[in-house]
Amino acid sequence: MSTSFEKMDEFVNLKETELRLGLPGTDNVCEEREKVSCCNKRALPSEIESSTRKSETSPPRKGQIVGWPPVRSYRKNNIQTKKNESDNEGQGIYVKVSMDGAPYLRKIDLSCYKGYSELLKALEMMFKFCVGEYSERQGYEGSDFVPTYEDKDGDWMLIGDVPWEMFVRTCKRLRIMKGSEAKGLGCVV
Amino acid sequence: MREDNLEMSENVERYLQLDPRSAAISQPPSSSSSAAAFVSPANKSRNCNSPCPDHVLENVLENVLQFLTSKCDRNAVSLVCKSWWRVEAQTRFEVFIGNCYSLSPDRLTHRFKRVRSLVLKGKPRFADFNLMPPNWGAQFAPWVAATAKAYPWLEKVHLKRMFVTDDDLALLAESFPGFKELTLVCCEGFGTSGIAIVANKCRQLKVLDLIESEVTDGEVDWISCFPEGETQLKSLSFDCVDSSINFKALEGLVVRSPFLEKLRTNRFVSLDELHRLMVRAPQLTSLGTGSFSPEDVSQGEQEPDYAAAFRACKSLVCLSGFKEFTPEYLPAISPVCANLTSLNFSYANISPDMLKPIIRNCHNIRVFWALDSICDEGLQAVAATCKELRELRVFPFDPREDSEGPISEVGFQAISEGCRKLESILYFCQRMTNGALTAMSENCPDLTVFRLCIMGRHRPDHVTGKPMDEGFGAIVKNCKKLTRLAVSGLLTDEAFSYIGEYGKLIRTLTVGFAGDSDMALRYVLEGCPKLQKLEIRDSPFGDVGLRSGMHRYYNMRFLWMSSCTLSRGGCRDVAHDLSNVVVEVFGSDDDDDDDFTRDYVETLYMYRSLDGPRKDAPKFVTIL
Repeated sequence: MSTSFEKMDEFVNLKETELRLGLPGTDNVCEEREKVSCCNKRALPSEIESSTRKSETSPPRKGQIVGWPPVRSYRKNNIQTKKNESDNEGQGIYVKVSMDGAPYLRKIDLSCYKGYSELLKALEMMFKFCVGEYSERQGYEGSDFVPTYEDKDGDWMLIGDVPWEMFVRTCKRLRIMKGSEAKGLGCVV
Repeated sequence: MREDNLEMSENVERYLQLDPRSAAISQPPSSSSSAAAFVSPANKSRNCNSPCPDHVLENVLENVLQFLTSKCDRNAVSLVCKSWWRVEAQTRFEVFIGNCYSLSPDRLTHRFKRVRSLVLKGKPRFADFNLMPPNWGAQFAPWVAATAKAYPWLEKVHLKRMFVTDDDLALLAESFPGFKELTLVCCEGFGTSGIAIVANKCRQLKVLDLIESEVTDGEVDWISCFPEGETQLKSLSFDCVDSSINFKALEGLVVRSPFLEKLRTNRFVSLDELHRLMVRAPQLTSLGTGSFSPEDVSQGEQEPDYAAAFRACKSLVCLSGFKEFTPEYLPAISPVCANLTSLNFSYANISPDMLKPIIRNCHNIRVFWALDSICDEGLQAVAATCKELRELRVFPFDPREDSEGPISEVGFQAISEGCRKLESILYFCQRMTNGALTAMSENCPDLTVFRLCIMGRHRPDHVTGKPMDEGFGAIVKNCKKLTRLAVSGLLTDEAFSYIGEYGKLIRTLTVGFAGDSDMALRYVLEGCPKLQKLEIRDSPFGDVGLRSGMHRYYNMRFLWMSSCTLSRGGCRDVAHDLSNVVVEVFGSDDDDDDDFTRDYVETLYMYRSLDGPRKDAPKFVTIL
């Protein structure tokens, strides 16, 4: 935890002497960069736009005010994000992630990741744990934590057991299991 | 309503083992409190062998007062004299508390001895828009603790914007064996575990309505926790519970709930699952359709006849949901359109072409909620058909200040011309004109609620370039029944002079990014004789404006002012001069500790209170 803060501090200090193309006084780009650096991602300016749109803590765009227009977040979160059939961009695939022992749930957008290794890295950072070594036969070895998911049939599977595309299509939510319960899953496959 | 009252009073009597004739001599409230409101009853009554004149009067009064249900009437009755105050307190079964901090739970239980229904409201409305840091307060805990002891016969609890924990729900379920109705609107702090306990222990449960609340997913299969056998369920709303549902259990529950009239499912219930529920409960009057998308469209299987299921629901008058709808299936609701009185499409991105064939048949609609995706064209279609429309709400699909905004004064004016019986409107748009507002003020004289949100701040009339003063002026002048008003767009002090002068019945006023000076606030506070709730944000009103309301703050429910130009000193003076008003100031919750030296007040929230400042204020709140 402390290392990422140190990195942030370094970055903030550099801001003073940095040459930018923005007008003096515009801090938006820096704000967005700081948010991104929390996730340890070095993003290019073009990437910043899209990643902040998807991240939960994206700063308000220029001119956006807190709580304006006055629409409740319940309503904002529930408005169907699927636009017309012709919209190819595919709005995010949000799934909940829980970890045994953690008092909160997080949500991630599966469409942000290109494969299992990216996903697992993100989970590791989000919940501050390490997954073990994955093998098809034995599942995850070397760690108390095992990443699992519930598919649309209601079955709990190990993350990594099915091809990535199939996983993204069928995954309903994720759960990082801990301890003995997790061991059992490894043998099901 | 009246039968309910009589029945409940019988229940309470039975519980207290009181003879109704001797009700006037029941245990007196404790006279240990020094508050002037308390009355020590006459002792002579105890020693009478025959009913004293006082008694006879009280008995008669009690029988008469049973028929008074309106809280305003009851409040008036209680002010007549001490005797009437006492009898009214004994016959008030339903208590409404508009601000949970205006009195303590003890005061409630001391005054009213036979409460069987409690309505409690907590946080002020602007908290919905992230203008209040979390953990501000409004906990249900002290209320459930007090009522658990005082009113074991409690049947109904209705909470809005309160913080309710699973423990609170557990205590509720355990303490009130006859509990019948739980409604939680815009609440938070609880999860599926709490709901499970209520479902399991409240065997008389008729209503479980969870509306726009934040429900933590504790991954508890709460639907399975309803007891076996026939239930008393009349209404079950869980569309805000954002976790998957054990459908088999839900289906089983519906099958054994013969009295079920309202069912609002969440988006995890697919269209085919909804179909199965509808087939088992054709008696439904109100249906929340969940996702309104089929689970999986597999080739071989026969698709259920959705239209037939809707046709079979002959009593269906209210439809909502459509949270992830698939357009092809929308026509399935056509069989019920002619009977619908309420239709909520506000979570569905419905285009004008999708709307028109549906709305064309909705002649009886009284309440219509939608997204602005229906465009002006859709609104024109509504205006052409829905002559009985009383309430219209149009929300923005893209709720950003600089969004496109597909609706305008065109749709607005069409509605005013077509729907003459309109009483309530909430309209989000990017373009509006004074002309359209004036037209509506003339066409719809029955308006009681007028809320217009021009999303771009300070936007003038987009045709004339003038402020929106005249339009809002027309609304307050012509709509003589107006009780609630929310303004927006470019507004000068003049608009507020109209509001203050003509808004004779306005109880709730919402202002944002408007006005030029303290005069605007003065106009309102020196006018609007019925004003109860005033919520203001980001407007140039300061201490002078604040002081202009000193004569009336005690008679209001609350005043909220955020991001205005108030100073700490000014607020402190008000607090000093009004001893019965609690003055809270706070900023965002990451303010540093040298708060005390800062003079600027980010947020002021003040309200009258009978029991002084609350003891549960978090660190970031300062009570002056």
